[in-house]
Amino acid sequence: MTDAIKEYEDKLPKSIIDSLRENIPASISQAKLKQILEQTVAEYNESKADPGECIGNISAESIGEPSTQMTLNTFHFAGVAEMNVTVGLPRIIEILDGRKELSTPSMEIYLNKPYSEGKDIKKLALSIKETTLDDISLGFEINIVDLSILIKLDRELMRNASFTVATVVNSLKAQTKGFNIKVDDDSMELKSRSKDINLNDLYKVKEKIKATHMKGVKGISHVLPVKRGDEYIIITAGSNLKDVLKLEFVEPERTKTNNIFEIASVLGIEAARQAVINEVYGVIESQGLNVDIRHIMLVADVMCNSGYVRGITRYGVVSEKSSVLARASFETPLKHIINAALVGEIDYLESVVENVMINQPVPIGTGLPSLVTKVKK
Amino acid sequence: MTKSGFDIKKHFLVPKHTKVSEKEKSEVLEKYHISVYDLPLIVKNDPAIKELDVKPGDVVKILRKSPTAGEAVFYRCVINV
Repeated sequence: MTDAIKEYEDKLPKSIIDSLRENIPASISQAKLKQILEQTVAEYNESKADPGECIGNISAESIGEPSTQMTLNTFHFAGVAEMNVTVGLPRIIEILDGRKELSTPSMEIYLNKPYSEGKDIKKLALSIKETTLDDISLGFEINIVDLSILIKLDRELMRNASFTVATVVNSLKAQTKGFNIKVDDDSMELKSRSKDINLNDLYKVKEKIKATHMKGVKGISHVLPVKRGDEYIIITAGSNLKDVLKLEFVEPERTKTNNIFEIASVLGIEAARQAVINEVYGVIESQGLNVDIRHIMLVADVMCNSGYVRGITRYGVVSEKSSVLARASFETPLKHIINAALVGEIDYLESVVENVMINQPVPIGTGLPSLVTKVKK
Repeated sequence: MTKSGFDIKKHFLVPKHTKVSEKEKSEVLEKYHISVYDLPLIVKNDPAIKELDVKPGDVVKILRKSPTAGEAVFYRCVINV
């Protein structure tokens, strides 16, 4: 029986083959099996999208209509989650626009054993969190008479994060060349070696050393260990996939971020496509809406078609359209038309929008064949 | 603290990438009636194909896990930058 099904592996997708294998009884006769398989192939081909079907439009409506319900629902979900994460329509817009700066970047970090069982979970979480000098000090003062900076350190905070004054001074040294650092009990005094430093420069130095990176992963501003199922994971605000994957206690296989661009640069374009699908589908599902995943897959495919992640904006996928009129019909028409006129662009009228504009049949559905078949005159 | 080089192929988001032979490449192009640059693109220094030793114009076969089809085959053409 399996041999007969094997012949059809090229004609049917794997999921259908699998369910055929599962559901057909082994005692079936060859003739009947053949009949079933032929029938399945016929049904499958029947259910495919026809050539010329305007699937983009169908996807747009299928995602767009439920999204109108989402705006209202967003209200209830905002702020309930452990950490404030953008959900609902704003998040979908953010993904589909291909924004590089997210309003709430976030990561889910999975841990190796034994840490995933809760060992040292708080300590690990804190070690990821980015600590700057500002976080462990009580205040920065500028002494105008001596032209020096006084940094008061917080003993308590330093002990919690296991810092000593010496380590602080060490990490400060690179940032403050030309300064003498005098350490007191729990304060430090920075004094310039050169005499002719003015107050303005001193102020700039003060602001700079505030942000000195002391410890942790750059960009991770908050950490929150939570229990999911029967293992502990760390949810973060702020994202830095590249550096987090390198950490020893992290299980890199499942660790993820909600920043699509970071995924594209660390894991490649295919991973980014999958991430777009997961993120968009996750939002839609969490709102209790029902959108077929095929529509989202289509959008993700279009966004990742060029090898880079492109948003559905006039700077993204729309700018890649070959037709001037199609681009002009989306946003900023004058700019496109003027630029096209300057370089002498030609519009071959091969797509939908430009043909609507000049009142011609559009090449979709039954309008398509006339463009595909070569008619001999 | 850090370990050297996590193999990104093991990440759950990354599907399997393989280089396509010249023969299979022409079969694919024949099947869809297109030229190689009509395929979706992938940049040469994409992290997922770093170890494949591909040059621009090559075709990469991607075996995606699909929630609808179980497994889906996808092709991308390698381009410079």
